[in-house]
Amino acid sequence: MTALTSHLRKYAAAPVCHDIQINGQLVGLHDSGVLWWPEESILIVADLHLEKGSSYARRGVFLPPYDTGATLEKLAGVIDAFDPACVICLGDSFHDANGSDRLPAAYRAMLTTLQLGREWIWVTGNHDPVAPVRLCGVTVKEITIGPLTFRHEPIEKVGATATAGEVCGHLHPAARVRRFGRSIRRACFVTDGTRLVLPAFGALTGGLNVTDEAYSLIFRRRHFSVFMLGNDRLFPFTASRLVGD
Amino acid sequence: MDVQLLPNKFSSWFASRGWAPRPHQLQLIDHLSQGHSTLLIAPTGAGKTLAGFLPSLVELEARGKRKPGAAGNGIHTLYISPLKALAVDIARNLETPVDEMGLAVRLETRTGDTPSHKRQRQKLNPPDILLTTPEQIALLLSDPASARLFASLKTVILDELHALVTSKRGDLLALGLARLRRLAPNLRTIGLSATVAEPDDLRAYLVEQPDPEHRALSHMVQVAGGAQPDISILDSEERVPWSGHSSRYAIADIYRLIKAHNVSLLFVNTRSQAEMVFQELWRINEDTLPIALHHGSLDVGQRRKVEAAMASGVLKAVVATSSLDMGLDWGDIDLVINIGAPKGASRLAQRIGRANHRMDEPSRAVLIPSNRFEVLECQAALAASKRGDQDTPPLRKGALDVLAQHLLGLACADPLDALATFDEIRSSETYRHLDWETFERVLDFAATGGYALKSYDQYAKLRKGKDGLWRISHPKIAQQYRLNVGTIVEAPMLKVRLVRSRAAGRRAPVGRGGRVLGEMEEYFLEQMSPGDTFLFGGEVVRFEGIRENEAYVSRTTSDNPMIPSYMGGKFPLSTYLAEGVRTMLATPESWKELPGQVRDWLEIQQEKSVLPAKDGLLVETFPRANKHYMVCYPFEGRLAHQTLGMLLTKRLERLGARPLGFVANDYALSVWALGDLSQLFSSGRIPLDGLFEEDILGDDLDAWLAESSLLKRTFRSCAVIAGLIERRHPGLEKSGRQVTVSSDLIYDVLRAHEPDHILLQATWNDAAEGLLDISRLGELLARIRGRITHTGLPHVSPLAVPILLEIGKEPVYGEAMDTLLADAAEELLMEAME
Repeated sequence: MTALTSHLRKYAAAPVCHDIQINGQLVGLHDSGVLWWPEESILIVADLHLEKGSSYARRGVFLPPYDTGATLEKLAGVIDAFDPACVICLGDSFHDANGSDRLPAAYRAMLTTLQLGREWIWVTGNHDPVAPVRLCGVTVKEITIGPLTFRHEPIEKVGATATAGEVCGHLHPAARVRRFGRSIRRACFVTDGTRLVLPAFGALTGGLNVTDEAYSLIFRRRHFSVFMLGNDRLFPFTASRLVGD
Repeated sequence: MDVQLLPNKFSSWFASRGWAPRPHQLQLIDHLSQGHSTLLIAPTGAGKTLAGFLPSLVELEARGKRKPGAAGNGIHTLYISPLKALAVDIARNLETPVDEMGLAVRLETRTGDTPSHKRQRQKLNPPDILLTTPEQIALLLSDPASARLFASLKTVILDELHALVTSKRGDLLALGLARLRRLAPNLRTIGLSATVAEPDDLRAYLVEQPDPEHRALSHMVQVAGGAQPDISILDSEERVPWSGHSSRYAIADIYRLIKAHNVSLLFVNTRSQAEMVFQELWRINEDTLPIALHHGSLDVGQRRKVEAAMASGVLKAVVATSSLDMGLDWGDIDLVINIGAPKGASRLAQRIGRANHRMDEPSRAVLIPSNRFEVLECQAALAASKRGDQDTPPLRKGALDVLAQHLLGLACADPLDALATFDEIRSSETYRHLDWETFERVLDFAATGGYALKSYDQYAKLRKGKDGLWRISHPKIAQQYRLNVGTIVEAPMLKVRLVRSRAAGRRAPVGRGGRVLGEMEEYFLEQMSPGDTFLFGGEVVRFEGIRENEAYVSRTTSDNPMIPSYMGGKFPLSTYLAEGVRTMLATPESWKELPGQVRDWLEIQQEKSVLPAKDGLLVETFPRANKHYMVCYPFEGRLAHQTLGMLLTKRLERLGARPLGFVANDYALSVWALGDLSQLFSSGRIPLDGLFEEDILGDDLDAWLAESSLLKRTFRSCAVIAGLIERRHPGLEKSGRQVTVSSDLIYDVLRAHEPDHILLQATWNDAAEGLLDISRLGELLARIRGRITHTGLPHVSPLAVPILLEIGKEPVYGEAMDTLLADAAEELLMEAME
């Protein structure tokens, strides 16, 4: 990529995001569930869980086989909109270690096309601990760029300096809000300003409520905010407004 | 009738008891001996059960004692009942005559509670008579040993048939019967049933249907009803409430009735009503009368205790839901109290049959309406009862998810021939309409999930061999199947477990200990926050949280539950009763039979507004507190009204009326909006005929269904029954977080990518008839076409008061989820700005 292209990319119009600061760095949260880092033109997406359908099918549970296609289409949409210089897939990109091998040819081609003209980084996850086969991209366990560190699983320490600037996935955060006797549950970003957990991007992925014990190992109890995904905007709430499942 | 049909042993036994064999009992023996399947329709107390078994007992006595290892040592008679408890109870009762006559008959039960070693032994060394449930039949048929086990089957007795055929369990049983007929071609069936509207439906259910054009029927024996029941409607001194389902106003009256009788059975429509009535009675139970509670969500142990206490005559009254509707005859009930409208004439008749099972004496029943509209409904039910009319629903069309489960089960037992199996399935009345294409799609679903995208062929559960037969691809598939079969989902239930309270500020995770109090619907528990209190098992409990598949609650000293359990009826009123109510409303002359307060109410309605016509639809509009209300009175039941409400709201939005929400109950529907509805309707800006146009059931319905949580729940149920989502999967179950895929996610993906998938079709079929009552709604719209009356009023009419009072008690719909979220978010902003 030439210096001109990268310069132009930096100033091209990107979709409207909800801007926040993580460890002092300005990033944008998008209602599709992706994270956008305008200064570096990096798009970050977590927990694609591609080939989850076929993974379950091997075990006799025939989930609809459209998950990979749906996820890739959605991914294509955001990549199109943001045209990032680099894409980071923040782990569990495939539902199991053989997922990339099972990827049908058409989807492999689609994914490869998305990778053209940009850098692609696969961060390994607990579901896919090895590099994907027959696909471009660099595989890392974690990567630090400037003030931000990208890894799949968050470090289980609250308020430590080691976790400042951490951006991760793995937990599939979801939040529930109650109103007029009804409750609404959505996938969400969750952050305390120093570290951030992304929602799961994949089509057949569920969510773990942020009031669950698991999050108390990451954030100080009730000291975080969530941004719930809506149809074309995000809805911010503080932890105290949320209810459990 | 030739009493010689009865061998001497039997007639002596009858004589020793002081009984004479009844005509219908002898007729049954006669029919069966000639090889005819027969339906026996009899009210309770007519000795139905003994009648069902006599033919088998007579045959077995004639056969004599079996020599071990002799041919034909399989099961002779199957008795199938919808309730486990019933099967166990009947077995116990049957042992008496068998022992006393010294018959060479071995009888055993087989239910979900039967230990596995006993079940194993039953397969190897089967009894003569096996008393069991539909699920067990499905399990047995999935075993390769089934051919041997059932080869010498002679008779299948289906008890409480009227109750079985109304649900998916009836579908599963119909398929099982079709298979049993293949395994034992000379099989005869006996159906035991209460009175129904269409006996021919049940007669057709009982026999093979070889001819697609013509309906084959079993023989029938009908026992004339006993004495006319003595039913009255409570005419209370207290004010009958305008709305709601609480009947709290009548508690003192109810208590007086209980005191004045020997043993009373109090029927309510929902579990939460049972809890409430039970609690209220105990509040005023100064004489400490033994009053018990019985409903399906209570722990099994507790239910058995109540049943035993009933049987031994220790109780004065039992408050129960339909869990007690059928089955066991306990002697001395002399009063049935039906709290709330009975919802159906047949349902009422069956409940009344519970009282005083001596046929020749009239049963006594009192109806307690819980609001003014229910008074009308009770009146209609009373009239129906006097005429002896029935309103049982017509026979269902077989469900596709049940078929999928069944096909997999058959393949587990034996290689499956698709064509032969198709014929076999169509030979059952419930599935006679099945076409080949649908059958293939269901088979495809069972094999690989039935997707247009053929990515799963390599993982197929069923494979077609070179001989054209389908076989399971791996033995573990049979294992999976058996773990999940027959657990026909009603609503996903969570166990409710008692734990120590978190309230005292304990940080420790909620303990695992504590006993299970019972079960409750998941969607109800999902709504709650820790600290909320609600009624369960007769006491007020505090919700602590949900962990895996259990809800934890703790004891409280609180008297008043915070969360009003959904008090609405589970069943909408039947079309039959709805018509009765509409007729009553439209005929002022008939009002003299109504209680004074209800009569006054209707008279004022006549004065201030108009009465709804019998056919046609009344629409009233009026302004109130900066909003404009529309109230209409379709009387088609809550479910149909909820669907209609959703659709009307969408339409009104498109027409610029700015609707905000709606509420519905069994009788009426109210929509409120910012636009002036009176003005819009009377000026013709919004033509009412257009608003209620039948095409509302097309695109609008489709769009709404995408968001409907009701439909998602139905889908989930279908997915579990069909075997898409496993309930228990060996190896995948983990302690700690449950490894399950949310059916909602699957639903969304399917709707987006394969909207005509067989499971969505199954879901739609369920919804159309059941949950959303689409067909009933369609009939309504056709009926009112051109007959809509609009009247604009200056304020709320008397008839509209009940439905308006429901706002705040019943769930309110119509606001988009996103709007709610935005609202909630903005509230925070406002707070922050102040």
